[in-house]
Amino acid sequence: MTCVPTGSYRPPRPSVARTRPLWFALVLALASAVTLAFLFIPVLGIFVNTSVARLVSSLGNPESTDALRLSLETTAIAVAVIALVGTPAAYALATRSFRGKAVLVTVIELPLVLPPAVAGIALLAALGPNGILGGVLKDAHITLVFQTAGVVVAQVFVASPFYLRMAQTAFAGIDRSLLDTSRTLGSTEAGSFARVAIPVALPALTAGLALAWGRALGEFGATLMFAGSLQRVTQTVPLAIYDEFANDFPAALALSAILVIVSAAVLIAVRFVVGTAALGSAGR
Amino acid sequence: MRGRRSIPLLVALLTLAACGSSKSNTTTSNGSTSSSSGKPTLVISAAASLKKAFTTYGTQFSAASARFSFAGSDMLAAQIEQGVRPDVFASANTKLPAMLYGKGLVDKPVVFAANKLVLAVPAGSSKVKSLADVEKPGTVLVVGTPTVPVGDYTNTVLARLTPAQHRAVLASVKDREPDVTAIVGKLSQGAADAGFLYITDVKATDGKLKAIDLPASLQPRVAYGVAVIKGAPHPSQAQQFVAGLVSGAGRGDLRADGFLPPS
Repeated sequence: MTCVPTGSYRPPRPSVARTRPLWFALVLALASAVTLAFLFIPVLGIFVNTSVARLVSSLGNPESTDALRLSLETTAIAVAVIALVGTPAAYALATRSFRGKAVLVTVIELPLVLPPAVAGIALLAALGPNGILGGVLKDAHITLVFQTAGVVVAQVFVASPFYLRMAQTAFAGIDRSLLDTSRTLGSTEAGSFARVAIPVALPALTAGLALAWGRALGEFGATLMFAGSLQRVTQTVPLAIYDEFANDFPAALALSAILVIVSAAVLIAVRFVVGTAALGSAGR
Repeated sequence: MRGRRSIPLLVALLTLAACGSSKSNTTTSNGSTSSSSGKPTLVISAAASLKKAFTTYGTQFSAASARFSFAGSDMLAAQIEQGVRPDVFASANTKLPAMLYGKGLVDKPVVFAANKLVLAVPAGSSKVKSLADVEKPGTVLVVGTPTVPVGDYTNTVLARLTPAQHRAVLASVKDREPDVTAIVGKLSQGAADAGFLYITDVKATDGKLKAIDLPASLQPRVAYGVAVIKGAPHPSQAQQFVAGLVSGAGRGDLRADGFLPPS
């Protein structure tokens, strides 16, 4: 599986083919049907095997509710951290050019393509008790392993590149003359950033945050390896699903269904936000 | 300008969906085709604690080329309940094979080895020298989830403590891992001060961990059960594999790694 960076892909607009042979139309239809079935049937399986009653009753299971609450709390903190630190960082990357920028951007985007287990090992090797920063953290009395803070660290690590990439592309796409005009009217760079760049880029920033949130919500491998799994402390919804799989398959299905619904809501919300923005800028 | 952005966004969304769903699972595919050497491929779902001994046995097993799926026994049993069909299921307890036998999913299980639960600590650490040290506040103890055998045995041990000791030990539990491999990992990373493991897990780390014996009065009976799966793709080779564990080469490999004869 690869997670390809997504910023600049732009397929050519095909010209209308009037002479397309029938067999090719059949190939297209068949390939589309196979793609749809392959991607959709597993999701369907979750809902066929569970029921609304089961979903509701799983909300009464303390392991599930604790996991849902913990997931909401940790991902909210993770997204806030990503927005606060990531927005200025993405702005700097988008508006400055310097030697080695391409290398830096690649390093920042690396977690996009890292397998979750590699992310977990990397976090342990860096921030674990025996990691390269383990001594520094210990002296500062900061413990991340087996702590809720460790869950947030894992989520920020895997999810922030999604936001950084979207935000950087959005800031880079802002018309320079807009920012320059703002500067000639007496605004400081900080003022232009806050009053021009952020409002103009807001739809893309929102979409980026939603994507980052979705990724943080689904984080599994790095959390298990780095933060561990303990109910109410580090056991987020994906870890609870893994745990319930052996214990109570219907409960695992119900929790999975909840995650599917939430993820779909993120997807639809992002499409809605970006779609509205496209309409809004059409008349400009 | 915005309209064009929606295409990369769509790609981003699809990418996200792909990334979000990738879980590091331990399942192997249930392929039953012949290997390149012409020997059939025997798929064995085995408890994570059997990894070293079974891997050795697998290289000696001549009737088939053995392929293993090592994970928590509870996870493997759940897969079998969900319709996964390996040839053999080897569990770190007798409860799970008996449960599957009761549901008609496996043939009659046999006990092929025993083990001992110990308190494992990092070799370089002197924080925990006895079970009493685990009761001290600030000790980080890692155990298995209640459904994986090692966690189930741990609960048996804890239930034999006095209520005050029981509470103190539970307060030290900072992490519940899905199998012994994960507990070994947390201990050898120095992330935890102690964990409940099998003596064979400690031996397999080649000195990275050391074992603290439990008092005999607390020691649970740790027995390993194995069964051929009903409808196994290669039943005769599966039976040979099981026979070797009870009385053949597999028995020797188990003893060499510190497993005890079934009692």
